Amino acid sequence: MSKTEFVEHSLTDNELEYVEKSLNRKPNNIELSMIDAQWSEHCSYKSSKSLLKLLPTKGKRVLFGPGYEAGVLDVDNGQVLTMHIESHNHPSAIDPYGGAATGVGGVLRDILSIGTRPIAVLDSLRFGNLTNPNNRWLLQNVVRGIADYGNCVGIPTIGGELSFDTCYDTNCLVDVVSIGVGKKKQLIFSEAKNVGDILVLLGNSTGRDGIHGSSFASKDLEDEPTDRSAVQIPDPFIKKLIIEGTMDALSTGLVSGLKDLGGGGLACCLSEVSDMGKTGVEVDLEKIHLRESGMEPYEVLISESQERMLFIMHPDNFDTISKCFDKYNLQYSVIGKVTDTKHVVINSNGKVIVDLPTELIANAPLIHWPKTKPKYLDNKSISKPELPSDIKETILKVLSSPNLANKSWVFQQYDHEVGTNTVVKPGESGASVIRIAPDKFIAISVDGNPSHCYLDPYNGSAGVVAEAMRNVISVGAEPIAMLDHLQFGNPSNSDVFWTFNETIKSISDFCSYIGLPCVGGKVSFYNEDAKTHEAIKPSPVISVAGLIKGEHNLRTRKFNNSRPLLVMVGETFDELGGSEYYSSSGFEQSGFTPKLNFELEKRAQKLVRDGIKVGLFGAVNDCSKGGLIHSLLQMCTVSDMGASIDLSSIPTNCKRWDDLLFSESHSRFLVTIKNENFNNLINIARNHDIPVSIIGSIGGHELQIFNKDDNLFSCDLDYIRSYVYASLTKLMDGQI
Amino acid sequence: MNVAIIQFPGTNCDIDTYRVFNEILNVESTLIWHEKNTDLENYDAIVLPGGFSYGDRLRAGIIAAYSPVINQLKKLSLKGKPIIGICNGFQILVESGLLPGALLTNSNLKFICKWVDLKVETNNLFTNSFQSNSIIRMPIAHNEGRYYVSEDKLQELERNNQIVLRYSDSDGNTSMNNNPNGSISNIAAVSNSDGNVLGMMPHPERASDSLLSPYSSNDGIGIFRSMILSLEVMLKE
Repeated sequence: MSKTEFVEHSLTDNELEYVEKSLNRKPNNIELSMIDAQWSEHCSYKSSKSLLKLLPTKGKRVLFGPGYEAGVLDVDNGQVLTMHIESHNHPSAIDPYGGAATGVGGVLRDILSIGTRPIAVLDSLRFGNLTNPNNRWLLQNVVRGIADYGNCVGIPTIGGELSFDTCYDTNCLVDVVSIGVGKKKQLIFSEAKNVGDILVLLGNSTGRDGIHGSSFASKDLEDEPTDRSAVQIPDPFIKKLIIEGTMDALSTGLVSGLKDLGGGGLACCLSEVSDMGKTGVEVDLEKIHLRESGMEPYEVLISESQERMLFIMHPDNFDTISKCFDKYNLQYSVIGKVTDTKHVVINSNGKVIVDLPTELIANAPLIHWPKTKPKYLDNKSISKPELPSDIKETILKVLSSPNLANKSWVFQQYDHEVGTNTVVKPGESGASVIRIAPDKFIAISVDGNPSHCYLDPYNGSAGVVAEAMRNVISVGAEPIAMLDHLQFGNPSNSDVFWTFNETIKSISDFCSYIGLPCVGGKVSFYNEDAKTHEAIKPSPVISVAGLIKGEHNLRTRKFNNSRPLLVMVGETFDELGGSEYYSSSGFEQSGFTPKLNFELEKRAQKLVRDGIKVGLFGAVNDCSKGGLIHSLLQMCTVSDMGASIDLSSIPTNCKRWDDLLFSESHSRFLVTIKNENFNNLINIARNHDIPVSIIGSIGGHELQIFNKDDNLFSCDLDYIRSYVYASLTKLMDGQI
Repeated sequence: MNVAIIQFPGTNCDIDTYRVFNEILNVESTLIWHEKNTDLENYDAIVLPGGFSYGDRLRAGIIAAYSPVINQLKKLSLKGKPIIGICNGFQILVESGLLPGALLTNSNLKFICKWVDLKVETNNLFTNSFQSNSIIRMPIAHNEGRYYVSEDKLQELERNNQIVLRYSDSDGNTSMNNNPNGSISNIAAVSNSDGNVLGMMPHPERASDSLLSPYSSNDGIGIFRSMILSLEVMLKE
């Protein structure tokens, strides 16, 4: 008699048929649950895998790319940098605190699973408009979830981004990036390669949290409260102990394989380690330490209880390794062994309850969705807002958008200093910088731009990569790798799949052109309103890592009196579609978005890198979201110093001051130079064939804009800082 | 000289503190797991570093306050051994009664991580390398840093010069405007009445390397350096 006579699953008829044909029999309900978990979009990438192959993954520093727990980069002297991105969108929409916290926990485990210590976290967050109290509640608790987890586990949250758009009203996006460092010779893989090794499950006991009630129902579950959360329960304290216990265990050199338990729980973990190791595994269900009694076998296998790791080791090494766990009073149990059967076998009370070929579970059949170009893209309006009469009011209104506001309300809740290596802190630049060895630093950025991507998926998506690169270049780094996180609506909607396809094509085209390898990523589909089926805007989020050698190459947005001249690198075009200015003027659906000219972008990036290397440039800032005025204001506020610019000196085809100030054209930077370096600047510009011009100077305590001798705008920095730029703090702390 | 740095489960500023002693100050320090029954008499000073001992369960610092290592600390504190508790270490010291007062949840009910200006109020063995009344900069990073004592006790602390650091502005004004967490009388650090036990919410170990400071400063190292200089004098005597 089985209590799970009927198991709800989301497999299609074709998939079921494929399973039965491969097995030559019907799978039992427990097997069905395991296959269902592993073949979910989240674990199998069945809709995206064939397209993701387009992305370039090779590079001189790339040791391991997509397909591993984390991307691994060689950063010289035997040291490796690892990086990974995850999202926890759906859980965060239901339980923002727990969803966001377990999102951090999950990405940290990936960095740990490959044998490296996580050293930093960044988060990229998108919500609906903050005038809606539900969105304020979501933001408040997502930030608290990330803060409570990251702060307690002792890993600094060093940066990120936050933006708002009504398309996220019912689907907030919570993305977390983590980076780690380790030794090349201590890397470890998620593989069960040696027959006879034992499987040791470390950490939290397995409970009923994280079982997706929507996919699974049984008579027993109906007795449970029906609103029981499908969201996992975070425990950063146990995670901290797991990190230390794992690092101690790895330092023995005796661990043969390691994998974290994340999406799909033990079911996915077991099939993946045996598939990767080309072996089989056999597990005794009763050996798994449980949190609650009466759990059904399928619940134990697909539970996503947090803070668990699977260690694979030779039985002779168990005593040595388990001592590392004992120091921290961690729970563990020997749950099974590696076999040569190429099957995942689960025993319960002496009976085989699961016997599935690993190859079958680990490789879901791929789906090829139809794609059609969405109609809205062919019917775009090109109307522009009227030229505003009040310049000051217009500028202050655009700058007061929460999208551009100072984000200190968020990052002051994160411990971004622990580890004593955070050299460029949140707010000091568009990328953050962390020291990984004396005189060796990693720059890391995370960026998105759904407004651009919505109006022009191709240029918008490649533009996000370019912006993320410009941000790491602005702190003095050489970009070495990227991660992509592609967040879309329902892939069965052919409009959505078309934009998804365009996005991958453009990212892959630009990365191949500029030589930036993709070392990992994630796809999140089904981000649509449950009632209207309206999808979110295409939301690729890109994280770029860069390497900096030598303290003298570090840069921030901060002015220094020794370099008083402000220089604009690149040309400003009349292309304001998707800009913050158009959004705040009611023209968010209108206009042409910035085009990314690959060649120009490459030359502008090279110019700035060379200018930093020879010591020509002091402060450096990317010029994109919010346009020139926002970029300048970011520099002024972090420096606590004013600046004055002359619009007539800026290379542009814009005819109006508003276009010029707010255009979000790519391939532009603001930099500062010394008075006497004008000739060097002209030379470097000529060498790289990029227009540059001195547009003003730093100093005073006001932001001033001139057109030749006409003063168009002047405003005290303190006023902007406390009344305009503080809009996020005011909205969240209720001072408006 | 050898400084003991005590590690509890969940301590996370242990390595940062260790690096300041061993790499910046060239003073030997040793990481000591709290359950190891190490005889701390053999060490010249003891640091309880920051972090989240026992995950802040029940209340920040309270579980660690019942670790056997605290009994040793209590005995050694009476013998004049210098002891510093930083952030969670400060919380452990008040929970164990080694320092007076309590540390409550910040008045804005949020974790706060930012650089603050601090006024040096007392010259004792942890601050004697600073000019008196100097303004120093360090970051804070805590959720429970609102120091509280009764009005009588506050006056006693004031009389005994036990208030070591106050939150201030860059001119030394210690008004509520410069108080990040709602601490009574802007208190950021206090000592015991003998002056050999210091608890402080700001993180000196995060302000000891000018590359990490937004002001290119390294004021934090002054706390450790003062202690070492005082110890050297004590050892000579």
